[in-house]
Amino acid sequence: MQLVKALLLMGISAPALATITDVTLDNGLRVIIKEDHRAPVAVSQLWYKAGSMDEFNGTTGVAHVLEHMMFKGTAKVPDGQFSKLVAAAGGRENAFTNRDTTVYFQQLQKDKLPVSFELEADRMANLQLKDEAFAKEIQVVMEERRMRTEDNPHSIVYEQLMSVAYQAHPYRRPIIGWMDDLENMSPQDARDWYSRWYAPNNATLVVAGDVKPDEIISLVKKEFGPIAKKTLPSRKPQDEPAPRGEKRITVKAPGKLPFILMAWHVPGLRDPDKDSQPWALQILGGVLDGNDSARLKKSLVKEKRIAVEAGASYDGLNRGPGMFYMEGTPAEGKKVADLEKALKAELNRIASEGVSEAELNRVKAQVIAADVYQRDSIFYQAMQLGELAVLGLPLDLLNTRVEKLKLVTAEQVREAAKLLSDDRLSIAVLDPQPLDAAPRKSTVTGMRHAN
Amino acid sequence: MPIKLIRFFLFLLCAPSFAGVTIQHWTTSQGARVYFVENHDIPMLDVAVDFPAGSRFDRPETNGLARLTHAMLDQGAGGLNDIQIAQKFADVGALLGGTFDRDRAGVSLRTLSSRQEREASLSLFMTILHKPEFPQSVMQRERARIIAGLREEESRPDEVADKAFYQALYGSQGYGLPESGTAGSLLKLKRDDLRAWYKNRYRAGDAVIALIGDISRGEAEQLAAQISAGLPPGTARQEASSPRAPGASTEKRISHPSTQSHVLMGMIGMARSDPDYFPLYVGNHILGGGGFDSRMLGEVRQKRGYAYSAYSYFLPMAQPGPLLIGLQTKNSQADDALKVARETVSAFVAEGPTEAELTQAKNNLVGGFPLRIDSNKEVLDYLRAIGFYLLPLSYLDDWVKNVEAVTLVQIREAFKRRVDPAKLSVVIVGGNTK
Repeated sequence: MQLVKALLLMGISAPALATITDVTLDNGLRVIIKEDHRAPVAVSQLWYKAGSMDEFNGTTGVAHVLEHMMFKGTAKVPDGQFSKLVAAAGGRENAFTNRDTTVYFQQLQKDKLPVSFELEADRMANLQLKDEAFAKEIQVVMEERRMRTEDNPHSIVYEQLMSVAYQAHPYRRPIIGWMDDLENMSPQDARDWYSRWYAPNNATLVVAGDVKPDEIISLVKKEFGPIAKKTLPSRKPQDEPAPRGEKRITVKAPGKLPFILMAWHVPGLRDPDKDSQPWALQILGGVLDGNDSARLKKSLVKEKRIAVEAGASYDGLNRGPGMFYMEGTPAEGKKVADLEKALKAELNRIASEGVSEAELNRVKAQVIAADVYQRDSIFYQAMQLGELAVLGLPLDLLNTRVEKLKLVTAEQVREAAKLLSDDRLSIAVLDPQPLDAAPRKSTVTGMRHAN
Repeated sequence: MPIKLIRFFLFLLCAPSFAGVTIQHWTTSQGARVYFVENHDIPMLDVAVDFPAGSRFDRPETNGLARLTHAMLDQGAGGLNDIQIAQKFADVGALLGGTFDRDRAGVSLRTLSSRQEREASLSLFMTILHKPEFPQSVMQRERARIIAGLREEESRPDEVADKAFYQALYGSQGYGLPESGTAGSLLKLKRDDLRAWYKNRYRAGDAVIALIGDISRGEAEQLAAQISAGLPPGTARQEASSPRAPGASTEKRISHPSTQSHVLMGMIGMARSDPDYFPLYVGNHILGGGGFDSRMLGEVRQKRGYAYSAYSYFLPMAQPGPLLIGLQTKNSQADDALKVARETVSAFVAEGPTEAELTQAKNNLVGGFPLRIDSNKEVLDYLRAIGFYLLPLSYLDDWVKNVEAVTLVQIREAFKRRVDPAKLSVVIVGGNTK
């Protein structure tokens, strides 16, 4: 523990941190600025701490629907104009919704940032949410769900597995929402969501790029400063009860190849100084699937040839609980059950025999290198800062995380593997259904001329 | 004309701090073309080597040879097996990448520039470029994995549509061939086919070596010389076959148990060397390339809520690549959406863009140019394209000027010349509800 603290202090004094500015306006808006002067550009990301986990049954998907509606106009900037104005400034813009947050971003030449701030501040407070615009956009969202989920067997497997793995926690619900909820969603649902969560004191603005922090702060104060803070609803923990044994489902969907997805309830990162399991689980993910020679590729794909694809990952940086995943597609002639056994055997091997120093060092070498490579993208750097801010984690974790991961021992990785017991496990198996067995009239019609 | 000059001048004034990318170019003694950008901001180096060895050079009966050969380069080389190679890259935190498309087969490396890591990863990188062994057993495994991938793609309507679209335009050769081949053609391949393909198509005289990062000119020269010297010498025979002329329009419907129909529409468009490149590029930004700024997304999504995505693009390649218009919508709406997409193209070709649309497109493209080259990764991709498609060295310097120079008349005439709405081929994959 002594060692940990010493390295943490070193991390804080690292030069990279000197370029981060972190201030909070009187109305509660947090502003984080990361200077990077490699190119005359900047990214602005506005993070709202409101994602699908804050939704209620019956209106699943409303966080994402509202994200779409945010482009549909205010009194000052009518429907369609938001994107037009950003485009005219040479910018790129978009937004995304996940379980924990909703994020809106623009990438621009640095001197165009005021456009971004003006537009974001305007729609933080003045969104119109008209019925006609909603009626059209909800159709678009349903098409998005068809494209991303309904017609993608692996997405269905994930959606179904989450709805079983979690019983109490809202992570059981899909981000895009159940189709029935989308079909029955009303404009008022979106208005309620907007008035509940869209407030400066529920948001963090991250700006990264070739900027001067004092200039940014005064611009942000001018645009966002006048927006009043709101009283935010209380957030219930909705903690998941302790797992009481393995859960297993079969998912039938049109497809050609079977697929298995396994998910273990594990701790997420809460206290970067005290928690050790999350760092060990992260390294375990690397030992299993961090590179092309990691255990799953080496053993299951290359040597034993049980799988054509196999993977593992730790998902522990969330507002909600953590999860460890393993997945795979069996090779021709192999059964899903064989692959399941083989995946578990890899875990058991680590739990009983541990990992070699060479393996551990290999994973750490990747962590260290990735920390250098990520500097090539200011967007990614801003993403990391936004995530930490929303989770209430210290921003210096950007620097200290590499040291934390370097300190993980082989024994800790072994303990992490032991954590993945059957009692914490939920399994979904894709049972592929014939592509031509769907109940419909026509088959291939071949070529014919139009016009 | 004076107006345009003034606007360009203003742009320069507005962005005085913007320094372009300085590309250094030379040719190795074996004839490899080298493109280098020296940049010491981050202690890392990116290297990429590309060859004209994409799937368009496949023969129909052995379609998949190009792809399988490319996939096998790092699966056994210079006495090291597949696992040893992967371990050695990972040991120094280096990332090996592969790119493969219809024209190109390429290998890339991102490594730390510190001496020990750099030398270890570059030495290994050259081993896989110079001494691939194509072990028989590993070849069988990788082939089985590609075949599994092909089977998986059959369950995805977008993949099915994409293959059918290229075949509709180009037939069963060249760009019409599936990039990864078919199970049937892949199973015909022998180890010797792969070795011969490597020797014929991964030649020094055809290689394009792109480098960006934390090394000096001298180090880059030495590295490029080493890469080039170890490759099979000479240049590959140039294939004469070129795509057939745009034929009659076809419409193909493929039944699929998906909830959406994936609609692709298009025709043979332009090559990378096309003199109409910029008018077509800027014009397409207005038609369907500019996202929410484009007519296609406006008509299909914004006005009617038919689809999440609707777009168009030209894919310029060594030979004329397609103009592709795409959307996906629930099955019952497919024909209505297709009609809207068709009318959008027809109207655009008939009338061309408005002055306001062109101004908006130019503002976005010109103003957004710095975003295209704000990372080493993006600059590397430009170096690779400039080298492979023999674009002028001043390509990036001239890009803004070339966009600014495009006129309404040029766009209208280029689209009229090149895009015949009556000759669009259509592929629809989804539930046939008729």
